[in-house]
Amino acid sequence: MSAGAATIDSRAPRRRARLLRSVTSDWGGRIGVSLLLLVVLVAILGPLFAPHSPSAPIGIPGEGPTSAAPFGLDFLGRDVLSRTLSGGRSTLLLGGAATLLTYLVGLTVGLFAGYVRSIADPLLMRTVDVFLSFPALLVMLLFVTAFGGGRGVLVGAAALVLFPGVARIVRTATLEVSTRSYVEAAVARGERTTAVLRREILPNIVSPVVADLGIRFSWSIILIASVNYLGLGLKPPTADWGLMVSENREIISTNPLALLAPAAILALLIIAVNLTGDAYLRQRGRSGGAR
Amino acid sequence: MAALGDVVVPETPRAPSVPAAGTRHPLRAFVARRVVTGVLTLFVVSILIFLATNILPGNVAVVVLGRNATPANVQKLDRRLDLNHSAVSRYVRWLGGAVHGDLGHSAVAEAESRPNSAISSTLSRPLQNSFVLAAITTILLVPLTLILGSIAGIFAGKPLDHAISFPALVMGGLPEFVMGTLLIYVFFSKLSLLPPVALLSPGESPLSNPEALVLPVLTLLAVAAGAGIRQVRAGMAEVLQQDYVHFARLNGVSERRVLWRYALRNALAPSVQIIAQNLQYLVGGIIIVESVFAYPGIGTYLVNAVTSRDVIEVQAAAIVLATLYIVINVLADLIVVFLVPRLRTGMP
Repeated sequence: MSAGAATIDSRAPRRRARLLRSVTSDWGGRIGVSLLLLVVLVAILGPLFAPHSPSAPIGIPGEGPTSAAPFGLDFLGRDVLSRTLSGGRSTLLLGGAATLLTYLVGLTVGLFAGYVRSIADPLLMRTVDVFLSFPALLVMLLFVTAFGGGRGVLVGAAALVLFPGVARIVRTATLEVSTRSYVEAAVARGERTTAVLRREILPNIVSPVVADLGIRFSWSIILIASVNYLGLGLKPPTADWGLMVSENREIISTNPLALLAPAAILALLIIAVNLTGDAYLRQRGRSGGAR
Repeated sequence: MAALGDVVVPETPRAPSVPAAGTRHPLRAFVARRVVTGVLTLFVVSILIFLATNILPGNVAVVVLGRNATPANVQKLDRRLDLNHSAVSRYVRWLGGAVHGDLGHSAVAEAESRPNSAISSTLSRPLQNSFVLAAITTILLVPLTLILGSIAGIFAGKPLDHAISFPALVMGGLPEFVMGTLLIYVFFSKLSLLPPVALLSPGESPLSNPEALVLPVLTLLAVAAGAGIRQVRAGMAEVLQQDYVHFARLNGVSERRVLWRYALRNALAPSVQIIAQNLQYLVGGIIIVESVFAYPGIGTYLVNAVTSRDVIEVQAAAIVLATLYIVINVLADLIVVFLVPRLRTGMP
């Protein structure tokens, strides 16, 4: 038992290295990974390089690019470059948190439904079906109506939209794995249910479960950015890419960069995530799925 | 927001479990069961919508009246909106009304004593506008998806495939507001060809101002087509690998006949689901595209209602959108079963 866990642990770094190599084995993946690294670097380090404060006006609202402000000024006269550089952390953090929560809830629900069966399975899966019968953005808006547009609410709502898909995949994989002899052996040894789930089932369902991690991450980012764009999420003066696109709508004629810069970097981030995820899927399909 | 159908690994289409042997009319039983599940889901969804819009302890009347929220005013509005009842009784009234097409009265309109506060009448115009937008998009979207997806699948791995698949991957994943903003920049700021907003004067039909519809439709097409194209492509490429296609070729069947008679028919069977996913996507995607272009549809209505915290309007728009979503889902399942006889026996 413990020996099995140890082998898995010692294999983890090698597996990760192989994952990166498999993703970067074709051009789509290479472009994706480099773009992703670039945007993540900009998001993390950007605030350090911001030439001005992201919140203080430094000139005439809607002014075009100058040498001091290469991207011009926004609708309140704040530096667009500095705001764009500062807006990435919250986008990545909120999207990452939502993805994490999605997988936590999806794994718990799916494992429970797939392994424990009895009444829990139909009950949980019908609940999942109900959540799948809402348009995603509608769930977000209802959540915002109920609880306001705080960070926690945005993360929770995005996870609520996305966890049903994960739960379904986890359940199917768990159903399949739990009939294997090593699981039956663990049960026969008298292992506790949580131990069986954690040590025997979880390590063996990782592959199908993380396959569409990229898609869930980009959906998290898109859903949260869309609510921010609608002005129902994060409140001004937060520098957020979604919010920046909508609050500068009025000045598209005088300084289009105020909208285009945040829109473009958001687009780059999503394209990068999608290209990377797609390359991983292609590679996984080529090597015959599974591990 | 990406199309909900943007799953690269398509989740296995739910094989409708039909009571196979024994039952007299398995098809009829399936139809009945699917419709009943649909209605039950809608019922649960209506409870969730009601809960979400009533979960906060704050009183709607107080919120909507704002500074005019004197106790007397609040009480008056409460009475006019039937808010002075228990939550359960309000839910039953709301659901009973909604079933008969009465979606209640707008809290904001009542608070401002506007003459026409019945949501059923103020929502009908936006609903029609949204329907026009969605219909035009669908008419263009379906052939675009099928044709481009099939071409990419037939030429899988060739330059033509890349020329279709790469833009589909890139554009299909973008948020609507990013795509809409880019299009506004190109067609309004740069080329001065099209208006940046699709405003309509009250009562004006969107069809009388077709110019305004171009950019919203383009935005929806660009975002929605990507996911569908990739799915059709995958289906087509897979069918072309099948034994019966190989044998047809080995038997000297002409390539054109192989494509039209053997491959296309089988590859397009799952398209019903792809089209349904597209339609379901539109129900959600329209919310944000309408907001980008200030198009007076149900999406703009919903966003305005959330902004002004008029929970009665939110409830109404939400239940209408959720109903459409579920109806499309049920219809798609039924149509697939009618088109693909294989599914009727419950075999995957």
